[in-house]
Amino acid sequence: MVDRSFIGRTSRTFSMPIEWGKVREFARAIKDPNPAYLDSDFAARVHGGIPIPPTFLMTSMAWEIPEWESGRVIELDYSNGVHGEQEFQLLRPIFVGDVLSWTQRIADIHEKDGARGGKMKFAVIEGNYFNQRGEQVAISRSVMIEFPPRPAVA
Amino acid sequence: MAAAVGYDDVRVGDELPRVVIGPLTRQDIVQYAGAAWDFSPLHYDQPFVEAAGLPNVVVMGMFTAGMASRCVTDFAGAGQVRDYKVRFVARIYPGDTITCTGKITRKFETSGERMIEGELTVTNQKGEVAINGSFRAAVG
Repeated sequence: MVDRSFIGRTSRTFSMPIEWGKVREFARAIKDPNPAYLDSDFAARVHGGIPIPPTFLMTSMAWEIPEWESGRVIELDYSNGVHGEQEFQLLRPIFVGDVLSWTQRIADIHEKDGARGGKMKFAVIEGNYFNQRGEQVAISRSVMIEFPPRPAVA
Repeated sequence: MAAAVGYDDVRVGDELPRVVIGPLTRQDIVQYAGAAWDFSPLHYDQPFVEAAGLPNVVVMGMFTAGMASRCVTDFAGAGQVRDYKVRFVARIYPGDTITCTGKITRKFETSGERMIEGELTVTNQKGEVAINGSFRAAVG
């Protein structure tokens, strides 16, 4: 059974600077040669600053671990599960030089019947991100899935 | 922020230029692990994945989603994406080549911004769907 009493549980407020080195490293890792991320003169002229790739906020996890690992918070076993869905709503521009603050919240926990029997557990984790001016800049939503326990192999 | 395309230049039904990346290597996976701080053994530890019944280490879903986001940013411009959503439906492995295609499904104006909305699909070299996604981006 999933424990729905975890719904609403919220992390403390985390904070991170948006650093150009990290943005460059991330852009290179996802094989995006866009000069907006790699050339600060180009970025300043064309974009008014160095923007972030759409999925860059994945790096905010590095500032949460090990204190807030949602799987542990809600007793979900990620080693027998998958990342099912991810959404980033980017409400306002985020540039290198900004400092973001955010919390993570257990937005929902539920279960469904698995295709091969047993119950699949679903957790929805929601992050709310603000910049140094207190403006909300992003919302993240992650759906994490735990599969039914595997039958023991004889 | 600068958009790469103009609102009047795009039509519902237009396809985004496709993005093809690969074959992906273990080194690519390790590079993304460091960049994104994603150190699940599922992505680098061969004995671990074999014990879990998988043939090979697995490319992080968010790595594939990150590569696929270029489909939107190449078209609409960096910093123009307002919403990016992905659902993972199949695994990608080292040796695979991914193709991301996208299509504009709607254009509209909201709170002073002109927007396009669309769907994305990421497939492997066999044409199997790995990610279904959607996006919203501001255009000039």
